[in-house]
Amino acid sequence: MYSEKVMDHFQHPRNVGEIENASGVGTVGNAKCGDIMRIFLDIDDETHIIRDCKFKTFGCGAAVATSSMATELVIGKTIEEAMKVTNKAVMEALDGLPPVKIHCSLLAEEAIHAALWDYAQKHHITIEGLEKPKSDIHEGEEEEEY
Amino acid sequence: MGKMIYLDNAATTRTAPEVVQAMLPYFTEYYGNPSSVYDFAAKGKEAITTAREQIANVLGAKKEEIYFTAGGSESDNWALKATFEAYKAKGNHIITTKIEHHAILHTCEYLEKERGAKITYLDVDENGIVKLEDLEKAITPETILISVMFANNEIGSIQPIREIGMIAKEHGILFHTDAVQAFGQVPIKVDELGIDMLSSSAHKINGPKGIGFLYIRKGIKNRSFVHGGAQERKRRAGTENVPGIVGYGVAAERAERTMEERTAKEIEIRDYMIRRITDEIPYVKVNGDLKRRLPNNINVSFQFIEGESLLLMLDNYGICASSGSACTSGSLDPSHVLLAIGLPHEIAHGSLRMTLSEEITKEDADFTVDKLKEIVQNLRSMSPLYEDFMKKQK
Repeated sequence: MYSEKVMDHFQHPRNVGEIENASGVGTVGNAKCGDIMRIFLDIDDETHIIRDCKFKTFGCGAAVATSSMATELVIGKTIEEAMKVTNKAVMEALDGLPPVKIHCSLLAEEAIHAALWDYAQKHHITIEGLEKPKSDIHEGEEEEEY
Repeated sequence: MGKMIYLDNAATTRTAPEVVQAMLPYFTEYYGNPSSVYDFAAKGKEAITTAREQIANVLGAKKEEIYFTAGGSESDNWALKATFEAYKAKGNHIITTKIEHHAILHTCEYLEKERGAKITYLDVDENGIVKLEDLEKAITPETILISVMFANNEIGSIQPIREIGMIAKEHGILFHTDAVQAFGQVPIKVDELGIDMLSSSAHKINGPKGIGFLYIRKGIKNRSFVHGGAQERKRRAGTENVPGIVGYGVAAERAERTMEERTAKEIEIRDYMIRRITDEIPYVKVNGDLKRRLPNNINVSFQFIEGESLLLMLDNYGICASSGSACTSGSLDPSHVLLAIGLPHEIAHGSLRMTLSEEITKEDADFTVDKLKEIVQNLRSMSPLYEDFMKKQK
């Protein structure tokens, strides 16, 4: 059901892990729906170039693969360029996703935006086109019901 | 890829070679239509009678009470829709459970929306067993049918069928059971258990796909579901699937004959795997009842990881299993069965079902658990939920 690229990124995900004292961290999705993505960014404050990006993801094969691909696409880019890494770009880079999995690629874009938002907040800067992340989760929030 | 370890026998099974052998002549040699008058067609007709007897024997039923269908879903649809039609003058209330197969649940929803039925969906306890006192309370003068599955397809919990049969009888209510997972796996005698209708499907017991039956106790009024010819005592039209029926008969006879030895072996491997998994992997929960359980069913939830990822990783090692996560159900919600036993969504997403066959050895079991340990650890290492949990622990 998945393309070879998706399976490759799922089985050998790039840039899994955390960045200590990351410049920006963003978490989106929620456990109830079965997908959570967390992106860590290391950004050069002078050049605004993303030096490193790591991720942690709870989710299906498509969620892991899109996280992995998204990190590859933003590393080495400026913030401005990273803003252009859309869900469509991630999906194309993976040679497509099954229709039911398209929402997973939305999560990757949102996670990057959430991490950039975190960076912007910390540095009191405005990133053009960046809005406050909607689906950023906080610890424990998803457990409320139970 | 090396050897495949097939642990999805609740989804379907390998057709047994002796079943295939029995079927083959009915494709190329005795292909006549059983309804035809010439002698050539008689072979097929006889073969159907034999298969009907083989199945009736397993259930302790009469052969006239076995009606062949295209499978479990059709049998479930027929039982509910035709019973409702036949008895709606008496009442419009049907009692079922929240953990039924969708062939029951969606049919009930249809009857509710389109036909004016009232449906009660009973809760189950945390082990996935129906509470008899809830059933008694749900009964009204309008109740015409109770439909409770014999054993659950996801968590393997076996329902108190005998007690439900007694309750139904006391109140003069018909009792249908979806025994798709139980037929041929556990002993079922319809008279002893007070079952009025029973659905089953051949491919779950090493028979062919596309053939099932509905047992309808003599005297029950429900009528034809598929209109047309006079087949199946005018209750189910359509030229008989003769090879399928022959295969089903042999599979049923075989399942009954091998049941004791086969299920003893499965129970041993099942309990061994459950023990190893719970002993060796932290943050894991066994779903379903440990004792009142199908011999071949293992269902566990691993916290902090998602089921589809787990299945894909297992598939790398040739291990075939299934999960109740949303991603594998084709919707955004995880399995309705896991939610009904009270699992939070995030635990339900991390569920894994492994259903054994007689072919699974202890070596296969060990290989599977060893790989499972690696995979769970690997997926947790990339899970933000696990990261948060570990930070909280510190």
